[in-house]
Amino acid sequence: MKLTLKIWRQPTTDTRGKFETHEVTDAKPEMKLLELLDQVNDTLVTQGEEPIAFESDCREGICGTCGITVDGRPHGPVPNTTTCGQHLRDFKDGATVRLEPFRSAAFPVIRDLIVDRSALDRVIEAGGFVSVDAGTAPDADSVQIPQHVAEVALDFAACIGCGACVAACPNGSGSLFTGAKLAHLSLLPHGQQERGRRARSMGTQADAEFGHCTLFGECARVCPAEIPITAVAALNHERLRAWTKRYRMPDDTKRVKPLTRGHGAE
Amino acid sequence: MTGLLLDELRVVGSNVDGGVPDGDPVTAWDRRKMSYRLVSPLNRRKFTVIVVGCGLAGAGCAAALGELGYNVECFTFHDSPRRAHSIAAQGGINSPRARKVDNDSVLRFVKDTVEGGDFRSREADCFRLGEESLRVIDHMNAIGAPFAREYGGQLATRSFGGVQVSRTYYTRGQTGQQLEIAATQALHRQISRGTVRLHSRHEMLDLIVTDGVARGIVARDIVTGQIGPFTAHAVVLATGGYANVYGKSTNAMNSNATAAFRTHRRGAYFALPCFIQFHPTTLPISSPWQSKRMLMSESLRNDARIWVPKKKGDDRPPNDIPEDERDYFLERRYPAFGNLVPRDVASRANALEIKDGHGVGPLHNGVYLDLRDPIARLGVDVINERYGNLLEMYQVNTGEDPRQVPMRIGPGAHFSMGGLWTDFDAMSNLAGLFVGGEASWAYHGANRLGANSLLSACVDGWFTLPVTVPNYLESLLGTEPLAIDDPAVTDTVNHVQAGVAHLLDIGGTRPADHFHRQLGDLLYDQCGVNRRADELADAIDRIRKLRKEFDDDLRVTGTGAQLNQELEKAGRVSDFIDLGELMCIDALDRDESCGAHFRVEHQTPDGEAQRDDANWCFVSAWERPTEPGPYIRHAEPLTFTAVPPATRNYKTR
Repeated sequence: MKLTLKIWRQPTTDTRGKFETHEVTDAKPEMKLLELLDQVNDTLVTQGEEPIAFESDCREGICGTCGITVDGRPHGPVPNTTTCGQHLRDFKDGATVRLEPFRSAAFPVIRDLIVDRSALDRVIEAGGFVSVDAGTAPDADSVQIPQHVAEVALDFAACIGCGACVAACPNGSGSLFTGAKLAHLSLLPHGQQERGRRARSMGTQADAEFGHCTLFGECARVCPAEIPITAVAALNHERLRAWTKRYRMPDDTKRVKPLTRGHGAE
Repeated sequence: MTGLLLDELRVVGSNVDGGVPDGDPVTAWDRRKMSYRLVSPLNRRKFTVIVVGCGLAGAGCAAALGELGYNVECFTFHDSPRRAHSIAAQGGINSPRARKVDNDSVLRFVKDTVEGGDFRSREADCFRLGEESLRVIDHMNAIGAPFAREYGGQLATRSFGGVQVSRTYYTRGQTGQQLEIAATQALHRQISRGTVRLHSRHEMLDLIVTDGVARGIVARDIVTGQIGPFTAHAVVLATGGYANVYGKSTNAMNSNATAAFRTHRRGAYFALPCFIQFHPTTLPISSPWQSKRMLMSESLRNDARIWVPKKKGDDRPPNDIPEDERDYFLERRYPAFGNLVPRDVASRANALEIKDGHGVGPLHNGVYLDLRDPIARLGVDVINERYGNLLEMYQVNTGEDPRQVPMRIGPGAHFSMGGLWTDFDAMSNLAGLFVGGEASWAYHGANRLGANSLLSACVDGWFTLPVTVPNYLESLLGTEPLAIDDPAVTDTVNHVQAGVAHLLDIGGTRPADHFHRQLGDLLYDQCGVNRRADELADAIDRIRKLRKEFDDDLRVTGTGAQLNQELEKAGRVSDFIDLGELMCIDALDRDESCGAHFRVEHQTPDGEAQRDDANWCFVSAWERPTEPGPYIRHAEPLTFTAVPPATRNYKTR
């Protein structure tokens, strides 16, 4: 099949980018979109031109490394599927396809189709963990978790951290991502003691990194892990719960230390 | 002819000592731990440890050392630690907690692991693996991995390739992902506490060594291209395996051997490089542009049945082939284990059927993996619950619904049992260089059992390295890491810069990928599931020619002072080529069949691997010559007392 690719080229964060056109005539419907990009790059390098920089790793939809905007949709035309899982059979023969990086103020472009998604890690760093040191955990069978609770926790834990939710959101909100982590951890018995602190700290960090949620729901439509939109409700619920707890549980009201990095923060 | 050639390729070195305490291997780890020196809590912050890699072994080790109070500098070439390839392990993690009355025990786990590895692993290592596995499950559960639960609330387990007990803990088909996310969350906790400093998008390109002691690393900032040194009291490599040497494997696109192989160039021994596992259940290559061998978890083999048409070249749609014209060859050849035989046995049987003309699919290079019977028995809902995401993955990639049509699978390079040689303390022959996870050779011998890789990475990361590294550090109390302006540091940085400049300056015509594909095809063909002396000798010859072509005709576009993925690839392919040569030398040298290393000259009358314990019951630890010349093969003899060597038998039990 024949495709006209309009691909975003931008050498560095601080330089202006532009679309570059590449005509492909020998594409096959069974091919994956990223395999087509591999092929275009192969041709470019053989001709001595610089290839299109894009990220991908596992190519199985699990690692969350890949992620570009295809015709305005994060990841591509097939909903709830990573870029590496998009096949050419889902494009029309002869079509013009626009490939650009994830577009969000929180994700600066590094080069061509590669963006910096470290904002997501900073949200996890703010409290998206359970404070149990190695060797101190109780017997996992002594703390029983109902089957359906473990399953729902897993539904939220399935997030692959690709950032498509942020890129899809007209507000650039990270609520689906943040809420998924809060829902995952609040459903499990471990780390309940830090539940309120976690919600406040992660919520504050998400506010600093991303826009606010106004429930467009675009995030859940693109999410490759199919995180349900109720993650957003979980974020609001956990934050509200933490806020009300402040007045009832003195132990839970300790101010969260501002996020510090580097040596000697303790 | 082979004998002559071998002598040109390698010389026999000396014996190396694995450092396992004498006596009963069952208690070796406890006794060794008691002999370790400790670092007092107040002194820990005086030590800096570099951890390279953020997979389960690296993230676990960095987080655990941080929790203990050490300064950790953690490196990953990914943008975020969570991307490490540990995420892709689907099936589960073993632990012989023996909560079910199926007669499991640590000893039985060790027996399975040692036998599964065909008696080419260190017995005492396997005891550590089994013993520490018990608290690995507790820990990973506590830090956020939502393991599957029974309706009563207790942990669920399943039985997994190669064993007859139910000791595999899992989270649907995404166990690796959930464990990796939990581990990196723990890492982020330490980053926020300031004990760990994360250097993301940094690729390690060399090891700094003085007098046989590891003192630091040289890494390249992938975004700016800046090459800089980092020094520390000890270095931990947890950089994963090298199955990508085969070009198309189940590994991620960026998985590579560069950190491990450049460490090898600096004097670290490389153990058993030819031990590569071919996963029996990967999607067959059906087109030239296919970027990898996608893995279908072998947990599917618990329920699905493997078969081929009895008639050669039978092109009928699978559902039109009647029951009596199907050959369930694994069940036929291995009645006791059936579809659950270890991976190497399954891969070889699959390869054999395909070679015999029974292969299915457009290129006749696969076998069927059929869910028809379990769906009839259990219903489609149960199958979806167990394997839902795997089935969807298959459907997305092939356009076929595995609930309606049998899946097609074939053997693909998957896991490297070999790796940098380490002693019982997980330290290499270079003092201060520790290796964990798949980057090391430990635990798996000539074949790894399913669900043992997540386990070995977790055990190394959380419970081995955090006690063995301090034992080494204690002797360094009062010393500082090597100064950044030390000549050894500057020399290493200059060496890396020269290497990068060389790749950019070749100015040939072909991208690195071309050489990688050529190397991979050659290795699949001549150093793959089946190996033969003359083919291996020929492969070495061809790889050396490829090396020369690479040095003459490589084209890397762009510069070194920018994000340059072609440059990254070129460096990795360059190391893969030399590693491929070493693999073939090791495969040629090891004149026996064992586990995944199948030399066709050495097989039983019914086609099984024939070990030669009298001559080959040792670990080959390869030293790279400093001057051009033959490799030096050192040997660590292996002894087995708790699990006496026996021929593996999956036909009867």
